[in-house]
Amino acid sequence: MNFLLFSTRLLPQGVSHTFVPRLALHVPDGFLNAPVLTITWLISIGLIALALNRVQAEYQDRAVPLMGVCAAFIFAAQMINFPIPGGTSGHLLGGTLAGALLGPWAGSLVMVVVFIVQGVVFQDGGITAMGANIFNMGLIGTFGGYYILRMIRYIVGRDKLSGMVSGAAVASWLSVVVASAFCAVELAISGTVPLNVALGAMVGWHILIGIGEALITVATVTFIWRTRPDLLYRSPRRTAIANPPRSLSTR
Amino acid sequence: MTHPSSAKRNRVFVMSGLGVALLIGVFLSPFASQNPDGLDRVAQDLKFDKKAAEAPPAHKLPFYQIFDEYAVRGVPEQFATPLAGLLGTLATFGLAWGVGKLTSRGTTPPDEASPIE
Repeated sequence: MNFLLFSTRLLPQGVSHTFVPRLALHVPDGFLNAPVLTITWLISIGLIALALNRVQAEYQDRAVPLMGVCAAFIFAAQMINFPIPGGTSGHLLGGTLAGALLGPWAGSLVMVVVFIVQGVVFQDGGITAMGANIFNMGLIGTFGGYYILRMIRYIVGRDKLSGMVSGAAVASWLSVVVASAFCAVELAISGTVPLNVALGAMVGWHILIGIGEALITVATVTFIWRTRPDLLYRSPRRTAIANPPRSLSTR
Repeated sequence: MTHPSSAKRNRVFVMSGLGVALLIGVFLSPFASQNPDGLDRVAQDLKFDKKAAEAPPAHKLPFYQIFDEYAVRGVPEQFATPLAGLLGTLATFGLAWGVGKLTSRGTTPPDEASPIE
């Protein structure tokens, strides 16, 4: 493909040079049937509408620059496939990361932007399957991942970096594994592949890919925590600080 | 309103954050692993990769004339993916900024409780 000039890694045997979709969990057009496409679109549209509402009600415009940076970072990071033992690769999904930085509402909108650009401009992930992709790779992380992160963070200590790190590690890993399980179920309901084989294969690889997700998510939230903790959604409360940290949220 | 020093800090954050994203998208993208990734690998192993649409709807969009997945058409191969990374990262940044600008409300002065639309 286009990277061969730089790539030191040989394409594995059996991979066609003319047709190598860069999927990760990006479902292309043709894998899912009409009922599954419809249901996943409806769920995604519903949650996006809810997110739009809550952002309008809750977020101030100081969240806007972080939304731009977060989207740009996740788009760029998703381009970087890291190798997984066994001849596979994976890349960041970023849903839990977006949720950790921006909260579930603005975080979801950021993920939607990423998948629109990927699908519409770069033919990565099908247009008809975009509802499924937004749900699997975005909303599972921004909602499911976020609330697991928050639960762990608040148990360990809201104002402790260790709380954020342990929450981010567990939640981001879990979001990838759960996303792959949802993807397998969608493929099975669509009659593309039997559930028992799809589930094992998808979850098996994504248990490993999720480790990469956790490492990138933890590194990024740790960096933001150390440099600009005031930008975090539900930022840590500090005492005796000249410039009191304010959350992006009004509550 | 945010006072000048915090406005400057925010500018530094945006420039460095976007800078990091662009460095990843431009300079790291050519080194991405070429191994089939998660679903791709499973699709090959379980022999359903051929079910992917040969001519998906995205191929009918004008962007397809410019981009062949993450590669810009008609430029030397070593620049095709970095350029796609540059343009994609900037487009995502701009679009997310626009969505945020349109949906979030204006700044609320700290001492004023009523929301400003």
